[in-house]
Amino acid sequence: MSIQIENITKHFGGFQALRDVSIDIAPGELVGLLGPSGSGKTTLLRIIAGLETPDRGTIVVDGEDTTGVSVRRRGVGFVFQHYALFRHMTVFENIAFGLRVKPRKDRPSGREIKAKVMKLLKLVQLEGVADRYPSQLSGGQRQRIALARALAVEPRVLLLDEPFGALDAKVRSELRQWLRQLHDELQITSVFVTHDQEEALEVADRIVVMNEGRVEQSGTPEEVYENPANPFILSFLGSVNLFHGRVHMGQARLGAIDIAVPEHAATDDIPAVGYVRSHDISVERQPTDGASIRAEVKNIHSIGPIVRVTFGVNGKDETVQAELTREAFRKLALKKGERVYVRPSNVRVFVEDYQI
Amino acid sequence: MTNSQYKRRENLTEPVPVQWILAILAILFLGLFLFLPLAAVFSQALAKGFGPYFEALGNPDALAAIRLTLITAAVSVPLNLVFGLAAAWAITKFDFRGKNLLVTMIDLPFSVSPVISGLIFVLIFGLQGWMGPWLNEHSFKIVFAVPGIILATIFVTFPFVARELIPLMEAQGREEEEAALVLGASGLQTFFRVTLPGIREGLVYGVILCNARAMGEFGAVSVVSGHIRGLTNTLPLHVEILYNEYDFTAAFAVASLLAMLALATLAVKSLTQWKRARRPSIEFEEALVR
Repeated sequence: MSIQIENITKHFGGFQALRDVSIDIAPGELVGLLGPSGSGKTTLLRIIAGLETPDRGTIVVDGEDTTGVSVRRRGVGFVFQHYALFRHMTVFENIAFGLRVKPRKDRPSGREIKAKVMKLLKLVQLEGVADRYPSQLSGGQRQRIALARALAVEPRVLLLDEPFGALDAKVRSELRQWLRQLHDELQITSVFVTHDQEEALEVADRIVVMNEGRVEQSGTPEEVYENPANPFILSFLGSVNLFHGRVHMGQARLGAIDIAVPEHAATDDIPAVGYVRSHDISVERQPTDGASIRAEVKNIHSIGPIVRVTFGVNGKDETVQAELTREAFRKLALKKGERVYVRPSNVRVFVEDYQI
Repeated sequence: MTNSQYKRRENLTEPVPVQWILAILAILFLGLFLFLPLAAVFSQALAKGFGPYFEALGNPDALAAIRLTLITAAVSVPLNLVFGLAAAWAITKFDFRGKNLLVTMIDLPFSVSPVISGLIFVLIFGLQGWMGPWLNEHSFKIVFAVPGIILATIFVTFPFVARELIPLMEAQGREEEEAALVLGASGLQTFFRVTLPGIREGLVYGVILCNARAMGEFGAVSVVSGHIRGLTNTLPLHVEILYNEYDFTAAFAVASLLAMLALATLAVKSLTQWKRARRPSIEFEEALVR
């Protein structure tokens, strides 16, 4: 089922949560709504579900305008961040709930309900826990039961609010891959909300980056990561370094670095900022004219597969962070206080009024 | 436990003599102000044996008082149950103007002297009150009659259920109900299948406290009752009358009924708390998972 979100606006008192948001979601797509807290992503998800009413705009599901349809008739599955399992019911009853509350004429028989619950428990790989209470399950198990409960009513769309937010890192990455596989199996149109860029990049077919109630950019994970539309997205997706300077006639001068910026050919000496991802900084012992900066090693942190090195540049006032592979770091054999040269590549230059 | 752990523990708690003194103080207080009076009630009630005890309870005026007390509780407790649920629901599930005022107002009967609570109703419905003349014309009797006693009892007991439910429902939040609605449940289904089971124990506890107070209320009821024997006397008022007439055995016999009510209330309360404690709380489990 497709979802069209058209010109949604929502206020909470004086706070504007969503400003004229429009997104088209294709049938069977898995879309990640990504943004910092307060960006409106959860509000948008709740509006799609019918748990909030928009001030303006419409939600169209499969060609049908559902904006005024009550939440219980929308046929959506919703997975809450804190699971929201019914704590006084067993796992079996939790999953069966959506079937048991159906009007009598649509309600399946006891045997059908049992068969369906067992099938769903198998799908979420938790066949042994039907008689347990939610409090007897781990966080990851609870989240899978919440998903099974949402799927029991065969929803047209599946909505997940920070589905892995409350889980520890290892369980989270396992569940991420599992959700991706499950989606490929079921092909149900799904939208999930996350503030974790890694999660969005890994799981989603398409990412919609939101900030301050607006859609900043939408595209495949590769598109958004490789061609960020603005400095906000660039700095939200991973760590970046800022180089301040000026752009004149298609040529940027950022300190000691010169870069050609054909997209700014018509500019006349205006302030600009160059953004460079930490892993696009290389470290060299010899200077390269117009492309590298003198730097002093200030700090070395080794974080799992990468080594993060902080350099002081321009008389130590400013810092540059580089993420080196272990291999590269070993070859360089950097020491604290050593003087070297850093060379940024993949510099994205944005003129000053685009500042974050 | 290793030696060093034991020492650390010792450093963190009070010296043994202090522990003993505190425990003895607490027990002395309990004995003096709780067990002694309770024992006195029963020993005085049975001072002349079981014959006079049951005779005092079988007295028509005593039976009338028991009946009135039961009627009063039977009317006011369900009404307060409905009110308490509605108030707790409104306060915890919606945001509206004047919410804080409502929360404060619910506590009002606790902060007002019961005598004043009774007097309010005399001032409104009494012959010299606002509505007295009109009520008199249409021959409605409220003050010095059963309706007045029920009104005063409702006023005095209305915080109990709401106060018990508000923190409970606040802690539970709205997520489970939202989940039920998304799954297609109607409002009523959501209430009976999700909300009510979650607050059942708190509700039971609120109701028994409310009931205990409704049956035991003296001050407010005393003002509006008029103390007409066999007609407008509740159990606590009946105890007072008997005592003032130096009929100690009968007074204490009737008082022993109220004491037993208190003990029963205590038992039900402990039972619900024990049940609640037996079920591991979600928050605790979540802390373990993290």
